[in-house]
Amino acid sequence: MSDTTEMTLEQREATIGGIGCSRRRKEDIRFIQGKGNYVDDVKLPGQVFGDFVRSPHAHARIKSIDTEKSKALPGVLAVLTADDLKPLNLHWMPTLAGDSQAVLADEKVHFQNQEVAFVIGEDRYAVSDGVQAVEVDYEDLPALVDPKRALAKDAPVLREDVAAKDNVGQGPRKHPNHIFTWDIGDKGETDQAFSGAAVTVKEEIFYHRVHPCPLEPCGCVASMDKIKGELTLYGTFQAPHVIRTVVSLISGLPEHKIRVIAPDIGGGFGNKVGAYAGYVCATVATIVLGRPVKWVESRIDNLSTTSFARDYHMTGELAADKDGRITGLRVNVLADHGAFNSHAQPSKWPAGFFNIVTGSYDIPAAYVSVDGVYTNKAPGGVAYRCSFRVTEASYLIERMIDVLAQKVGVDKAEIRLRNFVKPEQFPYKSCLDWEYDSGDYHTALNKVLDAVGYKALREEQAEKRKRGELMGIGFATFTEIVGAGPSRNCDILGIGMFDSCEIRIHPTGSAVARLGTKSQGQGHETTYAQIIATELGLPSDDITVEEGDTDTAPYGLGTYGSRSTPVAGAAAAQAARKIRAKAQKIAAHMLEVAEGDLEWEIDRFKVKGLPEKTATMKQIAFAAYQSVPEGLEPGLEAVNYYDPPNFTYPFGAYLCVVDVDRLTGEVKVRRFYALDDCGTRINPMIIEGQVHGGLAEAFGIAMGQELTFDENGNIQGASLMDYFLPTAVETPVWETDHTVTPSPHHPIGAKGVGESPNVGGVSAISNAVVDAFAHLGVTHMPMPHTPWRVWKQCEALGIGE
Amino acid sequence: MIPGAFEYHRPGSVDEAVTLLTQHGDEGRVVAGGHSLIPMMKLRLAVPTHLIDLGSVADLKDIKAVGPVIEIGAMTTQHDLIASDLLAGACPILREVALTIADPQVRYCGTVGGNVANGDPGNDMPAVMQCLDASFLLRGPKGDRQVTARAFYEAAYFTARADDEILTSISIPAPATGHGYAYEKLKRKVGDYAIAAAAVVLTMEGGTCKNAAVALTNVGDTPIYVEAAGTSLVGTPVDDGVIAKAVAAAKAAAQPAADMRGPKEYRAHAAGVMVDRAIKRALARAKG
Repeated sequence: MSDTTEMTLEQREATIGGIGCSRRRKEDIRFIQGKGNYVDDVKLPGQVFGDFVRSPHAHARIKSIDTEKSKALPGVLAVLTADDLKPLNLHWMPTLAGDSQAVLADEKVHFQNQEVAFVIGEDRYAVSDGVQAVEVDYEDLPALVDPKRALAKDAPVLREDVAAKDNVGQGPRKHPNHIFTWDIGDKGETDQAFSGAAVTVKEEIFYHRVHPCPLEPCGCVASMDKIKGELTLYGTFQAPHVIRTVVSLISGLPEHKIRVIAPDIGGGFGNKVGAYAGYVCATVATIVLGRPVKWVESRIDNLSTTSFARDYHMTGELAADKDGRITGLRVNVLADHGAFNSHAQPSKWPAGFFNIVTGSYDIPAAYVSVDGVYTNKAPGGVAYRCSFRVTEASYLIERMIDVLAQKVGVDKAEIRLRNFVKPEQFPYKSCLDWEYDSGDYHTALNKVLDAVGYKALREEQAEKRKRGELMGIGFATFTEIVGAGPSRNCDILGIGMFDSCEIRIHPTGSAVARLGTKSQGQGHETTYAQIIATELGLPSDDITVEEGDTDTAPYGLGTYGSRSTPVAGAAAAQAARKIRAKAQKIAAHMLEVAEGDLEWEIDRFKVKGLPEKTATMKQIAFAAYQSVPEGLEPGLEAVNYYDPPNFTYPFGAYLCVVDVDRLTGEVKVRRFYALDDCGTRINPMIIEGQVHGGLAEAFGIAMGQELTFDENGNIQGASLMDYFLPTAVETPVWETDHTVTPSPHHPIGAKGVGESPNVGGVSAISNAVVDAFAHLGVTHMPMPHTPWRVWKQCEALGIGE
Repeated sequence: MIPGAFEYHRPGSVDEAVTLLTQHGDEGRVVAGGHSLIPMMKLRLAVPTHLIDLGSVADLKDIKAVGPVIEIGAMTTQHDLIASDLLAGACPILREVALTIADPQVRYCGTVGGNVANGDPGNDMPAVMQCLDASFLLRGPKGDRQVTARAFYEAAYFTARADDEILTSISIPAPATGHGYAYEKLKRKVGDYAIAAAAVVLTMEGGTCKNAAVALTNVGDTPIYVEAAGTSLVGTPVDDGVIAKAVAAAKAAAQPAADMRGPKEYRAHAAGVMVDRAIKRALARAKG
């Protein structure tokens, strides 16, 4: 009965193009021809434009706003201020972290470039003139830039709107500039570990403020159909369904009258998870004007106002025995959240999953305490290729274990091998409450050490040191926690962080799959199709994957935190399995045997013992619409909402070798070897691409990216003239490798990989830079390792001339 | 990122451009390749109401040897400099410098005239022109006049060019055959402005330095021609001790500001390192 009986099993596998094959990305056909459809490509009839008047001050009282001159300009249609939004109760909006955030500055501005008024005009030129013509009278206030001063008695009070509140959504506060204290772990046990320790080390470690700077900035087009009462909102949304719910909750429009569409997205990295003032203002404007309103950020807007990452002032302490076996970990964090607590992470986790800070190491006792504070800086705080503060946590422990290694005089690879959680300990319950699903850290690190010839590298380093040359070798042996998340741990606005997939098989055996996630360049159209192809035995090429349209896709929580494969990828497999179960019933009917007499083989059911009696999935698909067994519904489709039983814990072992020019402070990454274990590998080429991208961003962060502020709160370097985006010229050559330790609880054993290289890459590079100076007694150097900072270290050691 | 409204003019000759510039006074600006002015206009930091585009002015885009002098038209692009056989033979440092400017797309549009006339201390060509002792030809309502590169730069974005003058060409006395040259640029990434950079041109004869010039980029309000650094090399075999003197002179001359590229003391130090490396590379290239 089969049309492919002539093909070998291998040929049939190849035809499917399923899990494990490095097939080219479906989406690239349009991207490389410039035929992607991004938000700024959306052009609706009658569309007008909006842009913001932004505050030049970091902290100021608004005495008056005069919009008359602006409104009188040709082409300017309207100017919105907080006073215009007040009657609608939209001048403030709730944040995902339980705080509220000004949509348009209400009486005060709290950071430079904050949105003060929204000008709508016929074209971008009119809007730009209109923005310039709005006159705002400010009374400058002292800016709070240093978070270490935030809780001082005489610190300026930033948020007068919540100054009297004892809670802004994440627990008790102790100062008007304080947001929350979050602590976890057994303090007493940890103190005890330290008091009896043979060795203790302590280091101040600052993870600086950076920004993901996606190629495409944020933007939207809002369009209200006043006749139908329906709002369509196109936007750069990593989580379109959540945006629909948020828009409904804050606008009062019924959710079924709102359609959110995320078209192609040019990179997100967390920057496009949050809800921004532009979305609210464009929505209000379209409701008022009855015309579609487009708002798209400039690069400077993006870098200076939409969600930043990190800004964690950490103090790490390790206790250990004389051989460097860790007995205790203590971490205190001062978290600079900016002007509003609007970080987008699961509601119950004010410091994200920072308690993954024990890393890959079997640490018996740990205690972590995090204080969040307000400062006069843009809000945000989780974005940038990081699963909810995992990057900060991993950087801390990977730095600290090096500090410990230097103190006890143990090799930096050896100290890791001594402290790793052992393979037989999995599933491993950490002392900070995570259950690591699987891992094999020793194998991974040993493979890297062999591959790079570690011993020879250390010998070379010793030779160079004798000659006064600086060479560093850095490791990161990180563990990620991704796939948020089990609804018992994770929710956003009370909605469990499940994800979803709906698959429809057409009569001719092709299919469409719709998911609740949203690719921003990750290649979902390719990888999800591969999962379904393997599960259903239909060629990848015949499976269309759609995401991002809330009218068609099932509800999901979106793409960030490396959650697409762990959660929606699982939903895809489970939905496919439902379909295969029904297909088996149909096949049994077609072949006139009992269901139990059938076995699955690549793309068909075979009758056990009668290999020539088969029904291919393609044949079954047609039969599903033609002759199903009695009692079975026709059609072949399924939907699955997947609530993961646990997170997944991808890990990796990275090694970085640097040479330092002590006269200029330049650091050259000579070699970078990245071994990742993300469990089952769906498309090795895409994984490699993800690793390359994540490492390039890690290189940018470790070597140059930073958003700094002067004492008045003026943001420094928020344009690509200054903000360091490495090009192909600077970016090192990456050597990639892998081991495969499948997740035991994920339907296909996959774990997610997008963020691993950023988590591990930053630590490996930074550790290598410090290692270059380790023999001179240096234990830590602040990031980013720009030439001038590195040279200052040389100068302090008397080797810079 | 949207400029204010402006009138666009596209004159066919230098004289026509000068007339327009005279007519519009402060409100007029000449645009060459546009890679400095247009971003400033998009940020509304520059708001000319009359933009005078030199793109159609004939005769401003050539590279020729006139006796011992190389003449380069102001509208010659960086790409043209890189592609020029004449320069590759007679004055190869210009190619070396042009290759450190931005990226190929920018170099197809960005012009050498714009680069030297704009007065941006981050630009690479001005220091090189000082090193080569180039002169700039300016045309204004009163006719032509010549100003040497070493006398041209007054402060950041302020030069000897009057508002109604246009820089039309650059004259460079061709360096001696067999001269050594180098442009050392310390930068964070390809196409970036320099943390510090140094241009060196020198001639050796019988193992002794006959003449030498040193100039610095982006360590002051203007490019810095360090006469003392060049002088200290002349008449010597350019050994390490002499180089150290030149480096010290350059560091003393550097007046950098602190910015994202580093604090003052670092950038002055870096200028010294660049001078050291540029002299050594120039020496290795010099014949004689």
